[in-house]
Amino acid sequence: MVRGSSARGGLRLEAHKERSTRDPIGMAAAPSTAVLPLDQHAGGAAVPIVAVGDTVAIGQPIAEPAADTSAWLHAPISGRIVAIEPRASVTRACAPALSIVIDNDGREMRHSSARAIEDFLSLEPRELREHIGRGGIVGLGGAAFPTLAKLERGAQASAPTLLINGAECEPYISCDAMLMRERPHDVVHGARILMHALQAQECVIALEDDAPRAADALRAAIAQTENGRIRVQVVPTIYPSGGERQLIASVFGREVPFDGLPPDIGILCHNVGTAAATARWVRDGEPLVSRIVTITGDGVARACNLEVRLGTPISQLIAECGGYTPRVERLLMGGTMMGMALSTDEVAVVKATNCIVAASALDLEPRRREMPCIRCGNCAEVCPAFLLPQQLHVYARATDLDGLERYGLMDCIECGCCDYVCPSQIPLVERFREAKPRLATHLLARDNARAARLRFEERTARLQRLEAEQRQRLEEKRRQARRKDA
Amino acid sequence: MTALIAFVVMMSLAGLSLLANRAAANGADAAARARLIERINDLLPQTQCGRCTFAGCRPYATALAEGSADINQCPPGGDNTAEALAKLLGRPPKSVDPQFGVMPPVPMIAWIDEPACIGCTKCIQACPVDAIVGAQRHMHTVIAADCTGCELCIPPCPVDCIEMRPATTSATEVLGASRPHVLSG
Repeated sequence: MVRGSSARGGLRLEAHKERSTRDPIGMAAAPSTAVLPLDQHAGGAAVPIVAVGDTVAIGQPIAEPAADTSAWLHAPISGRIVAIEPRASVTRACAPALSIVIDNDGREMRHSSARAIEDFLSLEPRELREHIGRGGIVGLGGAAFPTLAKLERGAQASAPTLLINGAECEPYISCDAMLMRERPHDVVHGARILMHALQAQECVIALEDDAPRAADALRAAIAQTENGRIRVQVVPTIYPSGGERQLIASVFGREVPFDGLPPDIGILCHNVGTAAATARWVRDGEPLVSRIVTITGDGVARACNLEVRLGTPISQLIAECGGYTPRVERLLMGGTMMGMALSTDEVAVVKATNCIVAASALDLEPRRREMPCIRCGNCAEVCPAFLLPQQLHVYARATDLDGLERYGLMDCIECGCCDYVCPSQIPLVERFREAKPRLATHLLARDNARAARLRFEERTARLQRLEAEQRQRLEEKRRQARRKDA
Repeated sequence: MTALIAFVVMMSLAGLSLLANRAAANGADAAARARLIERINDLLPQTQCGRCTFAGCRPYATALAEGSADINQCPPGGDNTAEALAKLLGRPPKSVDPQFGVMPPVPMIAWIDEPACIGCTKCIQACPVDAIVGAQRHMHTVIAADCTGCELCIPPCPVDCIEMRPATTSATEVLGASRPHVLSG
């Protein structure tokens, strides 16, 4: 481990990407049963528009967005809806989430109504954005934020710059690098669509310096489009450079305000997978029903990248990769730094599933006994969000909510760099994850109290005003009556 | 004689300046007290429920500033608020006295059984924070996000169609909503 530049924090970690990038992207078999959690995107859960017993075809809409921030969901296989019920889901750490369950009829029927748009420039930007929303497109980097909601925010900035994020989130994950290497035209076409939807003047596709083949493929694809407004920029591989704010800092040298979003400084960031999915939907009429997933780790026989239909059980993917090795210890969704441990492999791939790591002891840092903080400050040096983890740790232990707020706990991106360098083996991120909901509840209660107080004060003032007006009217009446008498 | 006159003049001057001082001190005192009331009010949960026996959060804050109320009279604020008040006012910490009420283990908000509502507007008049909407002879409803759970709407209802139900906002939802940045490589 070597520290990244001290100006930006972060760590130089071993990439662990060689095994999974040896073979080209394979196609996973369609699952016999697809389980689709309705909450597989950020925001409100989608609402089913099909009923049990209905027959659906590939690409047919099966759930519609519930609110402004929500997304469409489409059938990844053709077959019959057999249940709409809670099923174990990665969206809830393997607890049940309401899901649509489809039995595959094996006929691979395709839904016909989707239109393919050859000339996307003929559409109005607003029209195009709405069309992208109907494709069920969400951010494929891992956050699954509905792309339409992000585009609408970004379109409010005048002539924003589009940043296409090809910097992989963390070690082990290689799905974005493989996508750029093998399907650069999809990425570039998607970038052009997103540029038109946003009326963006320029576009930067950023990727890390450990993926030179991907960079070459992208440059060649851009040269073919003869579009001078798209360029490739290579950034150093320093974890977590794939974080939106971190990438913007290393590409543009600008910082997104802690209480703002990238559009506030005229930048909108989308993942390369999102761009490619947008291209496939707009150009080919194929909604987001599959994605590329990296299956890797010392605990699986063969590491590779597969194009997987949504709803495919993880157990099936492991089987397609030759099954577990005897050394397997833990199953993770995501990478080894920020990934979530799964208690079962009988859960389905969702739009946010970028990587499955079947980890052995070789992949995991052994955790030794926690020791007291010696205030060495290593954590503060590597923190890419410029926080002071050692101070946050003190306040988290004391449940000092004011201290946690003052020291910016909510700006922690939970990247795990502080954990990684802590000589006392303090599980810092774990403590921060525990403290966050507590602080969030406290902040919400405070905001609510302020709003309630404002309403109470306005109401009191209103009642006093009404009473005064009533009194005035009464007096006026009396005066008139007296005048009449006179 | 001159000495006496001089003495009287001096005394009256001293008296005048003392008076002026006191007036100035009174003004400063009033401002400091207003600031203290404001700071106390900031610590209170603003439910305006009156469980403390005062007519709302600000009147309770005023009584606390005057020393005529104790710090353990706010059940919605709970022990956290009592502790914060103790710290601010330099009094020994105390937990909330159950005689002022005991809060349910989960936050509750009012819910109107809409088919049963006769549209009398009594609850609307009782709600201190304008969290109920409706009109004369039309159904009323509670704006769930704005209800502070003060329960003041329950006694005036002539048909008993209001009950307290658990609020649905959970910490994870709060966290989800307040987390704009997630790694998205």
